[in-house]
Amino acid sequence: MGLKGFILRKVVAACLTIVAIVCVNFVIFRMAPGDPVRMMFRDPRVSAENLQEMRQTFGLDKPLSGQFVAYVKGLAHGNLGLSFSHRRPVLEVIAQKIPATLILVVTALMIAIFLGVALGALSGWKSGTKLDTFVLTASLTMYSIPTFALGIILLLVFAYHIAIFPLGGMATPASLLEGPELIWDVLWHMFLPALSIVIWYVGEYVLLTRSSMIDVMGQEYITTAYSKGLKKFRILKNHALRNALLPVVTITGVNLGFAVAGVIEAETVFSWPGVGRLVYDAVSHRDYPLLQGVFLLFAFSVVLANLVIDLIYGYIDPRIKVST
Amino acid sequence: MNRLSNKIEKLSVFLRLLFSHRMGLAGFSVISLFVLMAIFSSFLGTVDPARTGAVENILKSPSSGFWFGTDDLARDIWSQTIFGSRISLTVGFVAALITVISGTLVGLVAGFYGKFVEEVLMRIVDFFMMLPELPLMIVLAAVLGPSMWNIILVVSLVSWPTTARVVRSQVLSLKERPFVEASRCIGAGSLRLMFGEILPNVIPLMFAQAVIMITEAIYAEAVLSFLGLGDPTSISWGMMLHFAFESGVIARAMWWVVPPIVSIVALIVSFSLLGTAISDVLEPGYKEKKGF
Repeated sequence: MGLKGFILRKVVAACLTIVAIVCVNFVIFRMAPGDPVRMMFRDPRVSAENLQEMRQTFGLDKPLSGQFVAYVKGLAHGNLGLSFSHRRPVLEVIAQKIPATLILVVTALMIAIFLGVALGALSGWKSGTKLDTFVLTASLTMYSIPTFALGIILLLVFAYHIAIFPLGGMATPASLLEGPELIWDVLWHMFLPALSIVIWYVGEYVLLTRSSMIDVMGQEYITTAYSKGLKKFRILKNHALRNALLPVVTITGVNLGFAVAGVIEAETVFSWPGVGRLVYDAVSHRDYPLLQGVFLLFAFSVVLANLVIDLIYGYIDPRIKVST
Repeated sequence: MNRLSNKIEKLSVFLRLLFSHRMGLAGFSVISLFVLMAIFSSFLGTVDPARTGAVENILKSPSSGFWFGTDDLARDIWSQTIFGSRISLTVGFVAALITVISGTLVGLVAGFYGKFVEEVLMRIVDFFMMLPELPLMIVLAAVLGPSMWNIILVVSLVSWPTTARVVRSQVLSLKERPFVEASRCIGAGSLRLMFGEILPNVIPLMFAQAVIMITEAIYAEAVLSFLGLGDPTSISWGMMLHFAFESGVIARAMWWVVPPIVSIVALIVSFSLLGTAISDVLEPGYKEKKGF
């Protein structure tokens, strides 16, 4: 088998998952109550002939099998249908919102992973001490608070009552800022939404790194390193943490699915103009095509991110190269 | 008779361990308060939580007439908070029950039969676990329409795979144990082996899973309602926050936001504490460490 077989298997699995997602997406969409054309043109003055014409345009008069073929063909060409509420192609609406979400997610995740791994390693290293108990309890609590509830608290406290942060959005409207000032403005707007994602995530990473660290610390090579007379910090950095990080890498892929949830909640509370906020708007307008498009985007990104992480894992864990 | 008393003894040891665990006791106490609140809602709530009031009572701050104040339709926040516990706990318990039973069945069958059956079932489980949970729940809830039972259905549909996976790996190790082998030798059939021999040994695990699932279901209900996918006629805590958020006056009406947030966080944190305590107590060797 070796590394090549490992990569091939992961790529095939990811492709099959994507095919399955496409099918599930089609089925859910057909479950939607009511006539999609009627949903799009709610005006009762639209005549029956016109509706029939629209049905033909969208291919809704064909049998289900024909509709499925048309849907897959459209998807292959990047056609996700028309958004009911924006009256524009779904892909166009979503593509416009992706940069804002990426900026928020990448920043929040990087901070959370760094803080979480550092605190978790420390906590696992000093396990059983007061510091450990404190970090553990704090992480469990932070991990249990829903992101949207935390977001509302942060919004009320730091944007309304002590008004040091903006109420929402991504930049001060009509401010015509440029260069470093614009970056500063965006960072200022991003602080609270990013914080509400970070707090949840830090808890998760602390718990993970801590338990993985405790596992590693019981291994014999750590005892060997001690008996060689190495400095404590050096053992922590070069021997323990390096191996303790392996499970943390795998779980980052699994976690992306949850990160999506945090993004939807934080973006909704802070009106961040990204894909997550789009979900909220699509729900309130019952804009099914848009909702389906966003779902596909999230599902695809999670599958792809997992594939990338699996491949990285195959690369950094030498055991995969020798065994299956 | 001997078997029964043995079971009761085991249960009492488990409960004593759980209540001597600080997190377990704290979690259990707070949850009990909420359960009492849900049972006696009709006595504790002063008025019908969904009844809109007179215009002059709109957005009143807390007073002797309205203990927690009123919302933008002059509905009583105290009663909404009290009755909200019913929705959260119902969704939590029912969804967890469905999830754990269906997940256990799938895990049991997959682990016991192995081979082709296991391969197919576990591929389905892997597929579901790969999908981002919240977006899937949102799409399903939006398509099915707003109601508490739909939320329960959606949460169960999305969360059974975790249990299936955990139960399967337990079953894999259980079916190799001598007592299963012995039972097979005296001619027990597959059903008898699965439900009579293996299942009783999975029950502690199911219990631990149930607590985790309750926590997740309560969380999911709160988020879905907050996003506007809940039933607008039965007001849950998430729904209260949705209304407050949509009204645009949350900054001026702290009394409207604080009770649902405190309730949601308190209930979820308590269930996670209880869950942590249960998995500690079920850990092999814990009993001996505590001197039982």
